[in-house]
Amino acid sequence: MENLELQKLANKVRQGIIISTHAAKSGHPGGSLSAADVFTYLYFEEMNVNPENPKDPDRDRFVLSKGHTAPGLYSTLALRGFFPFEDLSSLRHLGSYLQGHPDMKKTPGVDMSTGSLGQGVSAAVGMALAAGIDKKDYRVYTLLGDGEIEEGQVWEAAMFAGFHKLDNLCVIVDNNGLQIDGPIDEVCSPYPIDKKFEAFNFHVVKADAHDFDSLRAAFKEAKETKGMPTAIICSSVKGKGVSFMENQAGWHGVAPNDEQKEAALNELKKAGEALCQM
Amino acid sequence: MSDVKKIATRQAYGEALAELGGKYPNLVVMDADLAASTKTAMFKKVYPDRFFDAGIAEANMVSMAAGLATTGKIVFASSFAMFATGRVYEQIRNSIGYPHLNVKIAATHGGISVGEDGASHQCIEDVALMRNIPGMVVCVPSDYVEAKAAVQAAIDHDGPVFLRFGRSNVPVINDREDYKFELGKGVVLKEGTDVTVIGTGICVDSVVKAEEMLRADGISAEIINIHTIKPIDEELIVKSAKKTGKIVTVEEHSVIGGLGSAVCDTVCRHYPVPVMKIGVQDVFGTSGSADALMQYYRLDAQGVYEQVKEFLGK
Repeated sequence: MENLELQKLANKVRQGIIISTHAAKSGHPGGSLSAADVFTYLYFEEMNVNPENPKDPDRDRFVLSKGHTAPGLYSTLALRGFFPFEDLSSLRHLGSYLQGHPDMKKTPGVDMSTGSLGQGVSAAVGMALAAGIDKKDYRVYTLLGDGEIEEGQVWEAAMFAGFHKLDNLCVIVDNNGLQIDGPIDEVCSPYPIDKKFEAFNFHVVKADAHDFDSLRAAFKEAKETKGMPTAIICSSVKGKGVSFMENQAGWHGVAPNDEQKEAALNELKKAGEALCQM
Repeated sequence: MSDVKKIATRQAYGEALAELGGKYPNLVVMDADLAASTKTAMFKKVYPDRFFDAGIAEANMVSMAAGLATTGKIVFASSFAMFATGRVYEQIRNSIGYPHLNVKIAATHGGISVGEDGASHQCIEDVALMRNIPGMVVCVPSDYVEAKAAVQAAIDHDGPVFLRFGRSNVPVINDREDYKFELGKGVVLKEGTDVTVIGTGICVDSVVKAEEMLRADGISAEIINIHTIKPIDEELIVKSAKKTGKIVTVEEHSVIGGLGSAVCDTVCRHYPVPVMKIGVQDVFGTSGSADALMQYYRLDAQGVYEQVKEFLGK
């Protein structure tokens, strides 16, 4: 898929994030927006998935270890055809199959229930192990927040994956630099992230989370890397695409009100139209 | 009594895994650096390709087990009960319980009979922790025979199961031809009319022996083995409560949240009767031999016998 098409889709993913969190009156737009391009690249370019058969045993897997950014995943899954886009406005409502955090039992296309930070990456390692036992060639992708990697369990999982040379595993870190209590390097800095993963026997690639050429090159390198898992450290902007949300820790877990929703959607629609004229 | 065979339930666990590995090619076993003690090494020896040692990293182990289970594996994850439940309660709750994945938390070294290692390693809260997770089956086998049957039953059950095995050698009490094991079904070992005494795990042996002592004093005790604490056999417990009007529970676990609490939940709702909970009385364990500790915490036959008599006012 051409970069322009991916950019248009990512723009729609962002609109879905705004629509759904506004409708829910809660949720996590900041980290969903920072990862919107990664979600888009994974589901429209990188991963072998089939909305007609979401449980295909040979499919690639994705585990959203930073489960609070479910609005980004749901918006992407909807656009990819796993369920209707209109249903995004049921997010977090009683009875909805779109729970506040990903629920594999309720939502088509969700490969693992997550939400408690640090656990999804381990589940992804388990899936990667299973591919080895079953001699299947599917790949497993997992997206972590940069604050999330403060969890000790992440490094238990990394130690295991590196030791077992799980080259079908691709860990992606959404390095937007902000967590709830502030900048990650002021709360409890996980830097240097690249050197940490290298020390745990990962191949490390750095990418620009908002540049599809950069993502394309990074995921290609990950796929071609044999004998060790790959970690892609994606440099991103929290709230990316909505100017008043960008680089604001305050937009981590707050939904836009009516006015903010209109402003955000107007901005995104304008950007989308500009892409259509390219 | 010297001719009674004594085997630890963890031994049965290891043997069962090694025996069943061939029949179930999707069986995967994980451990966290305690394979020799938990006996999962017996499976590793036969099926090294389906055994994974997480190292001393229990949180990663149980969450990896969840990931493996999403692909159709039946996963047994083992460590000592303290670390297999207490340390990773939240991982089990969120990554296994909530998505109802087919992972069996098979914990050895449950209870105070761990012995000399002392309080830090004597988990007396594991049943309480696992009982409160929706959809989790909680099973505490009483001996070698029952432990083996429980492993098979856990495989047959699609969903999360907690199995508690012990460290110390305990008498084999279920080696009879008509022995049958069914998850969720209690077993009446002796019918009686004066009091119902319900045991679980290795305390069933104490209860059986205490019954003989009570009988000698003219007390007719109904003896029940509850190997499945969740779902508990409500029908059987209520039926017995109606017959005897008094219940004593015996467990090698805190009296908060274990068998005693589960029995109280049942009778409170359906047929309230006085219940005496024999167990570890809201204190930590301590170092000592397993036998000495069973005596100290009054969980041996003599301790059960004396406490039942106190309860009956005799």
